[in-house]
Amino acid sequence: MATAVMTTLDPNSRSAARGMSDLTIRNLFIIPTIVFLIVFNIFPLIYSLGYSFTDFRASSPAAANFVGLQNYRELLNDPFIWSNFAITAKYVIVSVVGQVIVGFGVALLLNRDIPLKGLLTTLLLLPMMLSMAVVGLFWKLLYDPSFGIINYTLGLGSFEWLSNPDMALYAVAITDIWMWSPFVMLLSLAGLSAVPKHLYEAAAIDRAGSFYTFFRITLPLVAPILMIAIIFRTMEAFKTFDLAYILTSQPTTEVISIRLYKMAFQEWQTGRSCALAYIVLIMILAITNIYVKYLNKVKER
Amino acid sequence: MAAVTTSTERSLNKLAIVGVLIITMIFLAPIYWIASTAFKPRNLATTIPPTVMFQPEISPFVKLFTKRSQLRTAPTPEQYAAAPWWERLVFDGGEKVVRSGRGEVQWSGYPSRFMNSLIVAITSTILAVGMGTFTAYGFSRFKIKGEQDLLFFILSTRMLPPVVVAIPMFLMYRVVGLNDTHWGLIILYTAFNLSFSVWLMKGFMDEIPKEYEEAALVDGYTRMEAFFKIVLPEAATGIAATAVFCFITAWNEYAFALIMTNRRAQTAPPFIPSQVGSGLSDWTVIAAGTFLFLLPVAIFTFLLRNHLLRGMSFGAIRK
Repeated sequence: MATAVMTTLDPNSRSAARGMSDLTIRNLFIIPTIVFLIVFNIFPLIYSLGYSFTDFRASSPAAANFVGLQNYRELLNDPFIWSNFAITAKYVIVSVVGQVIVGFGVALLLNRDIPLKGLLTTLLLLPMMLSMAVVGLFWKLLYDPSFGIINYTLGLGSFEWLSNPDMALYAVAITDIWMWSPFVMLLSLAGLSAVPKHLYEAAAIDRAGSFYTFFRITLPLVAPILMIAIIFRTMEAFKTFDLAYILTSQPTTEVISIRLYKMAFQEWQTGRSCALAYIVLIMILAITNIYVKYLNKVKER
Repeated sequence: MAAVTTSTERSLNKLAIVGVLIITMIFLAPIYWIASTAFKPRNLATTIPPTVMFQPEISPFVKLFTKRSQLRTAPTPEQYAAAPWWERLVFDGGEKVVRSGRGEVQWSGYPSRFMNSLIVAITSTILAVGMGTFTAYGFSRFKIKGEQDLLFFILSTRMLPPVVVAIPMFLMYRVVGLNDTHWGLIILYTAFNLSFSVWLMKGFMDEIPKEYEEAALVDGYTRMEAFFKIVLPEAATGIAATAVFCFITAWNEYAFALIMTNRRAQTAPPFIPSQVGSGLSDWTVIAAGTFLFLLPVAIFTFLLRNHLLRGMSFGAIRK
């Protein structure tokens, strides 16, 4: 890496005669950040890769024994881990689809001639800026079967949300939809406002129906930005921890991050949890890769 | 456009306005409920039907900051009269303020957690934005071999799931004694925000015309002088916006704080939930704690409103 950074600049540039050369400045500006990230992100990951091949338990003084691929083999054959992944997948689908429908829908409404549009947009964006853990906690009160305002407003009597194993995951997803639809809305609005007005005028002259206009003009032009929102939210929903952990303790809401947390910090199966962390990491990196490709694609436009 | 606006178009627009208003109200309802519960007397917090109109009180905030215990016997009229106004509010709720042997009021756990949140969020923001600004300038102005790969590497560190990073960090911190310290969290949050700050600041740097510095270089400035005297002032808005985003991220973070701290350096996000379920939870106090904690972020959101799109898309979409 160091050699990669050391090239292409002329150390004898004009300004180099006075003060530091551009080359020195560039290295001075960039290398500390790269080093910092390597030391505090990459090095720990290498460290845990090592532990993932051991039976190490952080709670016991016993030394770690090398067990080869046993942790990985056992994890991939463990039906409970697969059910954690299945729960996570269900959660990702419900919450991301919900966010896209609500977020894109509100963006379509807001893309019209709305008075106080700026103020309303900012107010709508508020939920996503707040702390998931702290606001999520308060949803416990909102969902309360006997005195929560959700049941009261919807006339659901004493419907159980969080303590009902079948409902809890949806309740968490609803809270997540509340928090993150604004994000999809924000990006969709940017996409919608970038659609050239003359396309709509041309469609109106051709007497195109609103259905046709939406699917042939609006959607294709907004799609790339919407896609960014979808991939980003998928990645975040896949990693979700705070909301589900705080709102419920149902086994039906045990998403993979919660399983990982419990394995590492409650059961103290440190070696095995490092292996699981690597399995999750590889999945996340794959999604990140797709995300960055899309980001660059949209940037070029 | 106005000329071709038909009457159906106008009524559709009216519908959209009504729709937006209703949706805004639904979205703000939970936040409103937090704010209103923070000012309710305890017995009105969990009523059916929900209490909407009430005489606002500040007793939840007094209770939030003090350590209290259940009153076994009612205070004597002399005790009551001698107590300061805020202590009477606690008496009225059937509790008393815990005092030390010398009569000093004992604080609850909240103020120290709030301070920890401030210390950790502010320090990590300064570090992340400071380093990020330099690095962004480097990426923006100089030729770098493998620039895209380096930028991808930087971004990918931001995408790592906190729990995945937390396991090895916990083990390493245990060796060097950084668990449950401010610096332990500050380092993690700096690393987490650094990549974000590089990406966002690079966008802002790219927008500052190179000609500004080139003119300064011709005028006899060194590159460093040009950076500090020309580029930084131009980038001030961008730096401020980036800083606010980093602050909010660090302020809100939960998973690292839950794993890496338990008492001394604990921040508010893991502390507030830990207060629920310990005995009979008093939702007015939780709401008061939540309200104070959310307030700075709500204010910042309004200050940031024109940069939200950019910040949330890592500087990729600028409008």
